[in-house]
Amino acid sequence: MSINPDWYLGLSTVLFAIGAVGVLVRRNVLIMFMCVELMLNAANLAFVTFARTLHDIGGQVLVFFVLVVAAAEVVVGLGIVVAIFRRRASADADDLHLMKG
Amino acid sequence: MTAALLTLAATSGHPTVPDVGVFAVAAAIIIAGAVGVVVARNPVHSALMLVMTLFGVAVMFVLQQANFLAAVQVIVYAGAIVVLFLFVIMFLGVDREEDIRKEPLRGQRPLAIALVVLGTTGLLLLGQVSKWTTGQPSVSGSDTGAPNVNLLGKSLYTTYLFPFEATSALLIIAVVGAVVLARRPPAAASSETVDEMPVDEVVIDHAPGAAAGTVTGGADATTGAAAPTGGAEDAEVDA
Amino acid sequence: MLHLTYLIILLPLVGFAVLVAAGRRLGDPAAGWVATVAVGASFVVSVGVYLALLQVNAPVRSYSQNLWTWIPVDRLQVHAGLYVDPLSMTMVLFITGISSLIHLYSIGYMKGDKDFPKFFLYMNLFVASMLILVLGSNLLVTFVGWEGVGTCSYWLVSFWFTRDSAASAGKKAFVYNRIGDVGFLLAIFLVYDKVHTLDYQAVFANIDKIGSANITAICLLLLVGVMGKSAQIPLFPWLADAMEGPTPVSALIHAATMVTAGVYLLCRVSPLLHASPSAELTIAIVGAATAFVAATIACAQQDIKKVLAYSTVSQLGYMFLAIGCGAYTAAIFLMVAHAFFKGLLFLGAGSVIHGLHDEQDLKRMGNLRAYLPITFITFAIGWLCIAAVPPLSGFWAKGDVLDNTWAAHPGLWVVGIVTAALTAYYMSRLTGLAFFGKDRWSGADAGEPDAAHAHHADGHSSEPHESPWIMTVPLWILAFFAAVAGVMAISGSRFSLANWVDPVFGSALFHDNLSSGAQWTLAIVDAVVAIAFVAVGLRLWTTRSDRPALEASFLRGAWYINELYDTVFGRPSERLAAFCADVVDTKVIDGAVNGVAGAFRGSGSLLRRTQTGYVRNYLVGIVFGVVVILGFMLTRMWWG
Repeated sequence: MSINPDWYLGLSTVLFAIGAVGVLVRRNVLIMFMCVELMLNAANLAFVTFARTLHDIGGQVLVFFVLVVAAAEVVVGLGIVVAIFRRRASADADDLHLMKG
Repeated sequence: MTAALLTLAATSGHPTVPDVGVFAVAAAIIIAGAVGVVVARNPVHSALMLVMTLFGVAVMFVLQQANFLAAVQVIVYAGAIVVLFLFVIMFLGVDREEDIRKEPLRGQRPLAIALVVLGTTGLLLLGQVSKWTTGQPSVSGSDTGAPNVNLLGKSLYTTYLFPFEATSALLIIAVVGAVVLARRPPAAASSETVDEMPVDEVVIDHAPGAAAGTVTGGADATTGAAAPTGGAEDAEVDA
Repeated sequence: MLHLTYLIILLPLVGFAVLVAAGRRLGDPAAGWVATVAVGASFVVSVGVYLALLQVNAPVRSYSQNLWTWIPVDRLQVHAGLYVDPLSMTMVLFITGISSLIHLYSIGYMKGDKDFPKFFLYMNLFVASMLILVLGSNLLVTFVGWEGVGTCSYWLVSFWFTRDSAASAGKKAFVYNRIGDVGFLLAIFLVYDKVHTLDYQAVFANIDKIGSANITAICLLLLVGVMGKSAQIPLFPWLADAMEGPTPVSALIHAATMVTAGVYLLCRVSPLLHASPSAELTIAIVGAATAFVAATIACAQQDIKKVLAYSTVSQLGYMFLAIGCGAYTAAIFLMVAHAFFKGLLFLGAGSVIHGLHDEQDLKRMGNLRAYLPITFITFAIGWLCIAAVPPLSGFWAKGDVLDNTWAAHPGLWVVGIVTAALTAYYMSRLTGLAFFGKDRWSGADAGEPDAAHAHHADGHSSEPHESPWIMTVPLWILAFFAAVAGVMAISGSRFSLANWVDPVFGSALFHDNLSSGAQWTLAIVDAVVAIAFVAVGLRLWTTRSDRPALEASFLRGAWYINELYDTVFGRPSERLAAFCADVVDTKVIDGAVNGVAGAFRGSGSLLRRTQTGYVRNYLVGIVFGVVVILGFMLTRMWWG
C-alpha cells in the first residue's frame, strides 16, 4: 500500500526477463537451472504483491507451494544432471542433441 | 520506535522515504544479482549471485508484510537449494569456465534477446491497459488482522490442506527419485541398469535388451557385486 | 381375364429366369423349347386378354392395372402400371405371336451353337422388355422397356462376340440407341416439369397446361429418341451393322419388334403430336427422307441381310411418314403387315443362309428355287407383299399410307411413290439374284462364314438343302398372315383394324376423306408402279448378276454416312480421349495427386528442420509461444 504495487510488478517482470534471457543464452546446464530459479522468484514476487493488493492470504500460500515444488524440482533435476555427467565430463547443454529430427 | 514509524507509514497510505529507499536498494540488489547469474562465467560465481538475488527478494517480501515467507525464502531457497547447487557443482567438477563469447547455435542469441524484449514489453503494456483482477471474493481470507504466520498456518491447514498433503507426497517422491538417480550402477551386470540415464546412441539400440537386462541387473545389484562397473560402461560406450 | 395382364410380361421373365439358372444344364434343344413355350404361353394369355378387352365397351376401351408403386417421392408418383387398350393389345398380339414363331425357328437355326441356351435367355428377356415397353402406363415404364430392348439388342447382335465385327456392331447399335435415349430422357424431364406426372392419361388430360412451345419441344425430343431406336435419319447406320447378329435376331428385333417401338411411342403420344403441327410435319419429312435414302442404298447392297436391313429402315420411314400426317391407323396397319412380311423375309433369308452353309453374298447365290422350294414360295409371298403387289397385305397397307400422304402433304406423296418404285425394284433384284438365274454357288464354299456358327462340319454335300420342319413351319405361318393381313383394311368387317384402333386416337386421327374416284386412282397408280418395277427388277437381275452401272459405290457405301460420322465425331472424339488420357489423366490428375504427396513430403522435410535436438532451441520455441499469447491478449484488449 505504501509503495505502488506496480513497481513490484515491474521489478518482477524485469527479473523474469533476465532469467529468460539467461536460460536461452547460457550453455552450462547448472547455470540454466539457476536462471530458472530466477524466473520462479519473479513469480513469487508477483504473487506476494497480489496477495497484498487483494488482501488475500492465498497469494502467500501459493508462494509457499511454489517454494516446495521448486525445491523438489531442483532435487530431481540435479539428480538427473549428476546421472548425465557421470558419463561425460562436459556440462554443455549443446552436447545432448540426440533427439535431432 | 522504527517499527512504530514503519507501521504508521504503512497504514497512512503514503510511501515514506524509508520504504522507498529500502525498495530501491533491494531492487538494485535483485537486478545486480540476476545479471550476475546470467553473465558470470564461473558457475560458482553464478550461484553466489543467485544468493544475492534471493536475499533481495526476501527483503521485498518483508516490505510487503510477508514475513514468514521471507524467512522461509532465506532458509529454504538460499540455504538449501543454492547449497545443493554448490554441492553438485563441486561434486562433479563442473566449475570450469564456459566461453560465453561463442555461441554455437545460429541465431540463438539475437532471437533470444528479441523475443524476451518483445515479451517484456507486451507484459508491461498489458499491465497498463488491462484489468488484472476478476473481482472474485477471496477464498482464503484476508492477509491482515492477525500475525502473518497465524494466517498462513490457518489457511494452509484448512483451505489448502489437500495441496499441502500432496506436496508432502511430492517431496518424498522427489527424494526417492534423487536417491535412485544418483546411485552408482551396480558392479556385476554388463548390461544397462535402470538408474543410468541413457544419452548415447548405443543405449537406444539396446533399449529392448536393456529393459530385459535391467530387471536382472537390478536383481543382481542387491547381491552386492564388487566387480568394477567401469569396464562394463566403457564397453557400452565403445559398442 | 384382364387382371391377368401382368402374366403376359411375367411368363417370358420366368422363362428367362429358368434359363439363367438351368439353361446350361437343359442344353440344346430343351432350352429352346422352354423359351418358346414361355413366349407361346404369353401369346395365349394375350389372346385371352384381347378377348376380354373386346367385352369392354368402346369408346373408352381400356383397362389399367397398377402393380405396385415404384417411385413415391413427394410430387413424383410413378407406378409400375400396365395400360391395356387396343393400341397396346395390337402390339402385344403380334409381338408375342411373331416371337413365338421366331423362337421355334431358332431352335432349328441355332442348333449346334455352343451358346444355345444363352441365346434363348436373351431372346426371352427381350420379349419381356418389349412387352413392358408397350404395356407401360407411363413414360418411365415405357423407358424401362426401351432400355431393356436396347440392351438385349446389344447382347444379341454381338452374340458371336469373338468376331470383331460382331462385337463392334453390338456396341454401335447400343451407342446409337443411347444417343436417341438422351432425347427421350429430356422429353420425360420436360413433361414432368410441366405437368408433374408421367402417366399417359394424366398427361393427355393436362395438355393445355403445357404450352405449345413445350409440346413441340417434347415431341421433337421424343422424335430424337425414336430416331435412335427406329433407325431414322440421322441415326440409322447401326441397323445395317446389326445384321452381324444371328438371323432370327434380325427377324425379331430389327424387323418386327424393337424398331417398331418408336412407332408405338409416337402413336401412344398422339394427343401431344396432334397439338403440335410443326412436330408432325418434321416427323413426316424425316420419315419420307429416310424411306427414300434407305431405298436407294438397298438397291446396291450385296449381302442379303443388308438389303433387308435397309429395307426395314425404309419401311419404318413410311410408318413415320404416316404418323407425320396424323394417319396413325395407317401406320399401325403398315407396322403389323411389315412385321409379318419382313419377319418372313428375314426368316427366309435365314433359311437360305442355313441351306447354303452360311453364305450371305447375293452374287454367290442363284437358282435357289430349284433347291429350296418351300423357302422360295414363302419368300416370294413376302417379296410380293413388300413390293405392294395386290391383293397381298403390303398393297393395302402401303396404299393406306400413301393415300393419307396424298391428302395431307402431296409433295411427300411423290417421295413416297418413288420410294415404292425403288422398293419393288430392289426386292425383285434380291429375289432375282437369289432364287433365279444361274447357279453361282456351285464350287464356292462358305463365302463369309460365321466363325462360331460352324455346324456344317459334319460332311454335308455342298449342295443347298431345304431347312427342317422346325424352320419351315414358322415360314408357312408367317406367309399365311402376310398374305391375308389385308383383310384388316376392310372397314366395317370383323377384322377391321380401323374399327378396333381408331377410337384410341380420337380427334387426333387424320381422315383423308378422299373421294372414291381419288381412291381408285391412287390404288391403280400404286399397283401399276409396283408391278412395273417388279418386272423391271426381275428382268434385269435374272439375266445378269453383275451390273456395275446400277450399283453405284456411293449407294453401296450408304451415302458414305459412316465415313462422315467418323470424320465429324469419331476422329475428334479419339483425339479428345487421347488428350484426356495423356495429358489430363497423366499430368493433371496424377500430377495433382502426386503433387499433394510431394507437397507433404516437402513440407515435412522443411518442418523437420525445427527439430534440431538442442534444448535451447526448444526453449526459444516456448518463449516464442509466450510472446504470441501475450500478443493475442493485447489485441483482444485493444479491439475488444
